[in-house]
Amino acid sequence: MTTLTLSRALNEGLRKALEANAKALIMGEDVGKLGGVFRVTDGLQKDFGEARVIDTPLAESGIIGTAIGLALRGYRPICEIQFDGFIFPAFDQIVSQLAKMRYRSRGAVKLPIVVRVPFGGGIGAVEHHSESPEALFAHTPGLRVISCGDPADAYTMIQQAASSDDPVLFFEPKRRYWDKAEVDTEGGLATALPMDTARVLAEGSDLTLLCYGPMVRTCAEAAVAAASDGRSLEVIDLRSLAPLDVETIFASVRKTGRCVVVHEAVVTGGLGAEIAAQVTQECFYSLEAPVLRVGAYTTPYPPSRLEEHYLPDLDRILDAVDRSFSY
Amino acid sequence: MAVKDAGRAARPGERAPASRAPASPGERAPASRAPAQEPERPERRADPAELIQLLTPEGERVEHPGYPLEISAAEVKALYRDLVIVRRIDFEAIALQRQGELGIWASLLGQEAAQVGSGRALGPRDMAFPTYREHGVAWCRGLDPVKLLELFRGVSHGGWDPTEHNFHLYTIVIGSQTLHATGYAMGIQRDGAVGDDGEAVIAYFGDGATSQGDVNEAFIWASVNNAPIVFFCQNNQWAISEPLERQTRTPLFQRANGFGFPGVRVDGNDVLACLAVTRKAMQAAREGQGPTLIEAFTYRMGAHTTTDDPTRYRLSAELESWKLKDPIERVKQYLIRTEQAEMSFFDEVEAEAAAVGSRVRAACLQMPDPAPTSMFDDVLTTQTTQLATERAGFAAYLDSFVAQEPILAEEGR
Repeated sequence: MTTLTLSRALNEGLRKALEANAKALIMGEDVGKLGGVFRVTDGLQKDFGEARVIDTPLAESGIIGTAIGLALRGYRPICEIQFDGFIFPAFDQIVSQLAKMRYRSRGAVKLPIVVRVPFGGGIGAVEHHSESPEALFAHTPGLRVISCGDPADAYTMIQQAASSDDPVLFFEPKRRYWDKAEVDTEGGLATALPMDTARVLAEGSDLTLLCYGPMVRTCAEAAVAAASDGRSLEVIDLRSLAPLDVETIFASVRKTGRCVVVHEAVVTGGLGAEIAAQVTQECFYSLEAPVLRVGAYTTPYPPSRLEEHYLPDLDRILDAVDRSFSY
Repeated sequence: MAVKDAGRAARPGERAPASRAPASPGERAPASRAPAQEPERPERRADPAELIQLLTPEGERVEHPGYPLEISAAEVKALYRDLVIVRRIDFEAIALQRQGELGIWASLLGQEAAQVGSGRALGPRDMAFPTYREHGVAWCRGLDPVKLLELFRGVSHGGWDPTEHNFHLYTIVIGSQTLHATGYAMGIQRDGAVGDDGEAVIAYFGDGATSQGDVNEAFIWASVNNAPIVFFCQNNQWAISEPLERQTRTPLFQRANGFGFPGVRVDGNDVLACLAVTRKAMQAAREGQGPTLIEAFTYRMGAHTTTDDPTRYRLSAELESWKLKDPIERVKQYLIRTEQAEMSFFDEVEAEAAAVGSRVRAACLQMPDPAPTSMFDDVLTTQTTQLATERAGFAAYLDSFVAQEPILAEEGR
């Protein structure tokens, strides 16, 4: 066991991925000499060379489009999109090409490409640096969408994504990059939880709290706070947003009878809406209250001086828990 | 080398004189598209000094110092055969669309030489990235034309394995494939497959695509990486209804200069010139000399697709002027005037083309619809629980009908 920050855990995971497969590549803006603006790829170009850790021109569509070409040639690119808000120049290549080429070719083509996206707010950034666009990709058939919430998952899930033969959108909680935790860097992937599986972080009996990415820590803290009020919350880190591990969700809600979904993304049309619909359909007779959502308001991301009001926090989550119990 | 018939092409100022009435009933003059003060725009005709040509529209063989071409009678006849057959496939496909057997077809009429010349310049290990109109290139790569019809019939989105003939899937979003081609070329570099025994990539796109960001990004990436790629732009003068002057104020091939690699303009209706120019550019790419932009100056003789009506936006005089530069007729005239082919040869090629057309037609008519549940296949490498559930639910739903004509969810009809 080693104590690592989440960004360092990703770095170690990426190193393992490059060691595990000679066809694995890293590509993106500033990922080489600089080591990425968050230093997630720090030192990798020095150790693996410029042909495998590629500083690309400043063009996101180009990053994904050429990654597709490299994958067609047998390579396994791991792309970095520098910030969530910069993914949209690549949206067409991701949605129209990356997600659809396997289907178009009736299975003849595989595109083992990882698109790493630092996402979410809370770092006092300027516009386009704090967004949560994951639902747009979860809505797109042909992609896997996952998100890590802590350093241990960061380390294993980035390796699992790199070894997947499907395109994976990998959302990294940028405000948690500096969170530290124990990471088992000796253990292999064999015993790791599969990347498309949710994890029950804290067992509870009264309410199911669903979260992913940056909200995992916040929800864990909310469960502790709720316990002091005598409420037992079951916290589930979804980890995979597409496909959703609905069995784990349904089992928990059938047990607790209450469900709150938390994400930084805008609630309208977000993952919470999809989960609420599915839970209502499958767990209708177990529910004591409607499924509630805690997320951003249906506005563009506000200037950073307002983000503490915009983003879900401990109190907003506990408020939703209270509302659930009021039914 | 000079273009013998350059004067026949209509000039911009002659194309759409607002003061002149349409020449005949049914032929509409294009509405005035541009402000009066807009300067005359590029080239409805190519500058003769810039156009590489080895075979004139009259079928006269001419030399170009940069592109010496040794070619036997058998090779010219083989090219002629390709040209005639791909035109016949195209003709058959248009007819099938008109008869309701295809949903749509994008005709290559007029662009046969650009496609056959470039397609026959490729080696077996080279990789081609097409748009949705490269039926002639597909033919040269050995892809069964029936595969193309599957796409336009709506039976598949393509569905062929790109590695089988080193011919990538048709790409419908304009210009996207130029980035895929560039990435593939970067893979060739990483495989060490550049050099004496090297491989290269050719990316096809049209004049409209040159306005896309992806194409310009591909130029940049190819350039800074010195990637082994040839960008083959078929400038057919029209992006659906928009003429070239809506896309560019500079000749397209000259854009390469700004990206840092050579650009050349070739007579796209001259199969020999397209062959020679593409061969040279591909060889340069294979040897590590980086990208080339080839602008094949040609003309879309038909509609953009079978849903289009070009009489709404262009004059028939323009079409007539290009008919005089037909890519097939000039090869025939050359073979006749140099006595390299008997008349029986042309009859044989016609018969073979007709046979290919018949086979394609028959295969199209016999093509079964895919099984309803096949739409759940190949979304991801493994079937997710969600997809399995949806599939099972859909199959049960279909089976719930009391079928007069049984719907077999897992089988095609």
